[in-house]
Amino acid sequence: MSMRLMQFRETNVLDSIKFGVLSPQEIRKLARVTVVRGELYEADGTPVAGGLRDPHFGAIEPGERCPVCGNNREECPGHFGKIELARPVLIPHYTDFIYNILQATCRVCGRVRLPDQKIRYYMSIMERLRVRWPQLAKVFSKQITKEAAQETRCPHCGAQQYKITYIKPLFFYEKRPEGDVRLNPIEIRSRLELTGDDLILLGFDVKSGNRPEWMVATVLIVPPLAVRPSITLETGLRAEDDLTHALAEIARQNERVKQFIATNAPETMIEDAWMQLQYIVAAYIDNELPGAYRLTHRRKRNLKTLAQRLKGKEGRLRGNLSGKRVNFSARTVISPDPYISINEVGVPEEIAKTLTKAVRVTPWNLEEIRRYVRNGPYKWPGAVYVYIVDEKGRGRKIDLRFRKDWDKIAEQLKPGDIVERHLINGDIVLFNRQPSLHRMSMMGHIVRVMPGKTFRLNLLVCPPYNADFDGDEMNLHVPRLEEAEAEARGLLLVEKHILTPRYGGPIIGGRQDYVSGAYLMTVKTSYFSKEEVSRLLSISGYEGELPEPAILKPGPYWTGKQLFSLFLPNDFYFEGLSKINAGDLKCSGPECFHDSYIVVKHGRLLEGVLDKKAIAAEEPNNVLHMVALEYGNSEARKLLDSVYRSFIRSLELKGLTMSLADIDLPPEAKKLIAEKVEEYKKQVLGLIEKYRKGALEPIPGRTLEETLEKSIMDVLEKLRQEVQEIAANYLDPFNDVFIMARTGARGSEVNIAQMAAMLGQQAVRGKRIKRGFRKRALPHFKPDDPNPEAWGFVRNGFREGLRPTEMFFHAAAGREGLVDTAVKTSQSGYMQRRLINALQDLYVTYDGTVRDSWGNIVQFKYGEDGVDPMLTYHGKSVDVDRLIEKAKLEEAATRQ
Amino acid sequence: MSKKNGESPYERLKRKAAEILPQNIYQDLIDKVEASGLSEEGKQRVIEEAIRQYLHAQVQPGEAVGTVAAQSIGEPGTQMTLRTFHFTGIVEFDVTLGLPRLIEIVDAKREPSTPLTYIYLKEPWRSDEAKAREVARKIEYTTMEKIIEDIDYQLGDRVITIVLDKERLEDKGVTVDQVVKALKKEKIGEVLSIEEGEYKGKPVIFIDVEVSEKLLPEESLLMPQSFHSVNEKIKKIYLKGIKGIKRISVREEEEGSGKFMLLAEGNNLEEILRLQEVDYRRTRSNNIHEIARVLGIEAARNALIDEIMNVLKEAGLDVDIRHVMIVADIMTWSGAIRQIGRLGVAGEKPSVLARAAFEVTVKQLYEAAVTGELERFLGVTENIIAGLPPRVGTGAVLLRMGKPARNG
Repeated sequence: MSMRLMQFRETNVLDSIKFGVLSPQEIRKLARVTVVRGELYEADGTPVAGGLRDPHFGAIEPGERCPVCGNNREECPGHFGKIELARPVLIPHYTDFIYNILQATCRVCGRVRLPDQKIRYYMSIMERLRVRWPQLAKVFSKQITKEAAQETRCPHCGAQQYKITYIKPLFFYEKRPEGDVRLNPIEIRSRLELTGDDLILLGFDVKSGNRPEWMVATVLIVPPLAVRPSITLETGLRAEDDLTHALAEIARQNERVKQFIATNAPETMIEDAWMQLQYIVAAYIDNELPGAYRLTHRRKRNLKTLAQRLKGKEGRLRGNLSGKRVNFSARTVISPDPYISINEVGVPEEIAKTLTKAVRVTPWNLEEIRRYVRNGPYKWPGAVYVYIVDEKGRGRKIDLRFRKDWDKIAEQLKPGDIVERHLINGDIVLFNRQPSLHRMSMMGHIVRVMPGKTFRLNLLVCPPYNADFDGDEMNLHVPRLEEAEAEARGLLLVEKHILTPRYGGPIIGGRQDYVSGAYLMTVKTSYFSKEEVSRLLSISGYEGELPEPAILKPGPYWTGKQLFSLFLPNDFYFEGLSKINAGDLKCSGPECFHDSYIVVKHGRLLEGVLDKKAIAAEEPNNVLHMVALEYGNSEARKLLDSVYRSFIRSLELKGLTMSLADIDLPPEAKKLIAEKVEEYKKQVLGLIEKYRKGALEPIPGRTLEETLEKSIMDVLEKLRQEVQEIAANYLDPFNDVFIMARTGARGSEVNIAQMAAMLGQQAVRGKRIKRGFRKRALPHFKPDDPNPEAWGFVRNGFREGLRPTEMFFHAAAGREGLVDTAVKTSQSGYMQRRLINALQDLYVTYDGTVRDSWGNIVQFKYGEDGVDPMLTYHGKSVDVDRLIEKAKLEEAATRQ
Repeated sequence: MSKKNGESPYERLKRKAAEILPQNIYQDLIDKVEASGLSEEGKQRVIEEAIRQYLHAQVQPGEAVGTVAAQSIGEPGTQMTLRTFHFTGIVEFDVTLGLPRLIEIVDAKREPSTPLTYIYLKEPWRSDEAKAREVARKIEYTTMEKIIEDIDYQLGDRVITIVLDKERLEDKGVTVDQVVKALKKEKIGEVLSIEEGEYKGKPVIFIDVEVSEKLLPEESLLMPQSFHSVNEKIKKIYLKGIKGIKRISVREEEEGSGKFMLLAEGNNLEEILRLQEVDYRRTRSNNIHEIARVLGIEAARNALIDEIMNVLKEAGLDVDIRHVMIVADIMTWSGAIRQIGRLGVAGEKPSVLARAAFEVTVKQLYEAAVTGELERFLGVTENIIAGLPPRVGTGAVLLRMGKPARNG
């Protein structure tokens, strides 16, 4: 299988595509049918000869033989046909270029309306531009066109020139002395025929044998049936493709024109029919031309014609060529499993049995593969297809689902055969969650087949995927080639993406419970009995000796710091601040009682509590980052697969929950808050009074009203802050909710104050809520009510509960957030698409320069220092301070 | 310690480090190592390790740094604020930040939606707030409208009275003399009298002007609209300042530094840089095109980097500067500023298929046919379309082992 693909790659390499205008001769050469009838089928249901379903368009039915090439529908490539147009018509979109040529060339001799000398000069410039700066060549030809169009007399033959106007989409007029005259396609064509080699100046590629008159069609090419297949509905009715409908329309109109001409109908009638034909052909090519007709399906739906097939997100280019649908993929809901490795993904058995991997039989895996074949397609681990390969290297495919003699087939297997077996443990797959915004959105995972129907995923890899488990689904792809598998293992594996190139820091790591768990494990007040230590270490897979317990009486007890140290590399050094290093718990150096300064020396956590800053994802220069950078990704993965589990386990041992009591304020605090509220409300009323009296001083650059609003908002924000302080003072700073907030696991002091005491001012577009009714936001208030509550100030917290008006204001502010996200995603998505498109061709070459695929140098040295941001200390390629500290430590150790 | 050509191993290592490491890292390293108090061997070890770290952190050939940069800037875009107006601690201005500003920058819009000029001053203006304010007054674009309280006229009477607000005159630093001169220069008419007085409770100056015949012909003396147009003309009279600078504020360069700078709304670098009070080295504008025009494309590249980094920083997003550099470089390497998108970088690619797969598909294909373009399948999209491996990353390696020889 893979050999075949590799051979294909080496033999059928696409070198280049030359674009050009299709000539009538070429069309006639290609065509195997001339369409002369608009009808598709005879009364008996057979296709009309010379119709659009003529069998000469190629075999598409099962069992059908192609009358042209004699192949069946699999082998027949399909054949083109043609429609000989009764009179020529313009092809839309080419009209822009036709216009340029008509404007810039002589109507009598066809030369570009510039003196010979100039033509030669421009030609020499053009030649060079076309080679090096094709885009500039386009601009240049526009310039030349403009210049030539200025000339009112041909410098070559001296003929008088007239101004050409182009009325979109299809009409050209010439301003002659006798009036505006429409140029019909025949006239246009004959003018284009006059032109010669100097058209290169106008950007038209005559050099490759293209002729401008081909832009006016005399014969239309008709695509093979495979391009426009008809479908049979279950009612037995045939439904034709839109293209067939459009072509039939053309054929009918074409016949009509022919007939008019043949019967010597009045010229006006012919003209009308001809014009009609022109419009239909235009619509066949692009059914969304502004100012032209639309071809419709029974007057209801606009037909999807050629341009529509290519255009847009679902069009051929973006929908089928830049992005392709694939086989060997699966999608289902994800759910968490903290006990599999971050490198793994749990795959449901059902999916493992559907997705297959092609393996070549060798003497070394023969027995193993025979076992799969014997198991058959329904029992995991089994196999679904077997390719028996003969001496010539040709394979015979056996579908095990339709066979019962699996044992016999297994016995017949020999090295060289290929078996499509089920996914098994240890296979590598690509795992992806949309939106795929960065390269960590698709990583390589090792398969672990499991019961159940969901993909299982370690919680630590949620950050790069931005995944949670509220119903998220993810995709899985099986690599097909050895080459692809090798790349997946070598480059895509999760552990190779612990560090992100975005800022040089870890993007994989703990969140939420991992953070509070790490805190509870390493906090000074935590000691673990032997049983607890066993639990923590066994879940982490620790197999070494137990260290000396930190406490001997009343019994052996260990600290969490001791346990954590067991997993660190022996010479690991780290110094840094904890997240809790703030306010009362601030430590400025290692000698500090609050334990918020982390010191790790010789692989031992000596002091400092572990929390968000130390172990979480997206925290550069933390413990995990240093391990990954200095000891390798694999070492970092081991850390994640071991101690991080004990964080969770210690959380389970110690227990962490949240209760109403955690946010319950004592009466005196409530009284204090009420007083504050009164005080500040008075301030607000005072401001309003001042404003009404005209005594308010405006902030420069603002109106008086804006100043008032801003001052009120400031006052109310200050109130919220003071209330927050009161709440924080009266609540137990070591209760579970505060632990979560301080360690950075979840929530903040603001959130706690909002629950316990007061939500504060709600804002929409950064302003108080002013919309609603005349002079009031809600009918519950008096017009022009000065009280802040009337304009979105929420005095209560969630503990007390909101009043109906407060709840409404809160919902209004919440809605803004939802709308914002919706708008934002589309905008930033488009920005990213453009960024990717502009930058995707850049790469680092072996000489260290950054170039695009065409060899243009964009940077002489990547990032000016050639450093990969992924391998940096938060942007710094060398951490000098750290190096010196490490060296000092080492010297101190050797001195002892 | 063995010495070769009079050089200690430590010195030799230093020289090696100087060769390999970038200047700034080297300097930092040597300064800190010398001050560290480590033993000779310890110092050597640090330098060796620093060199090792630096070399270890080098990018690998083939790395698709463009795509990585695009992702690194695009991915956090979803986390950015959408609100156009974000408060930035400057009292008077609302500045466009966040996603809209980022899009504006990569779009290479001609005019930023909030044009700003950061004007730094030379001494002595820099250290003296009053002097800085004087410069600000000089720069601010001022018309008569800003100091006129009212214009009084009567139908049939050629003489009109311009009422100037004294307070505002002072605030803007305009003298009555200047006003009279300006009126003369614009040929409004003859100034008859200048009087101080009070108007609506404010101290004002009344200027009586006999409007010239040219502006106010005899026959139009009874038509209110002709007086109106005269009034409008007077209001638009330029008094002083630099065109385009709407508002200007004085603030400290850094809080508590005692050094002052000006923040101006509006762009006009050409004129501002000409002023002798202005420190042309540091003064900058947030209009990339203007910088390219006035200071050149290299300056524009740096301005792009600064602006993008600033937007990201204000939004609290962490993105390595190297990614931003790539964006700035692709926008400027051709010598002119090109936007990221159909009308710039993406639309000027040499590949037909890449352009067609991006936007305006049909037009691109027709153009390719007429100009006879050649698709050579060098870029990423083209290869994806053709089902070939793109030539970046592992695909950049074109050297491959041949087929195994027969019978071998």
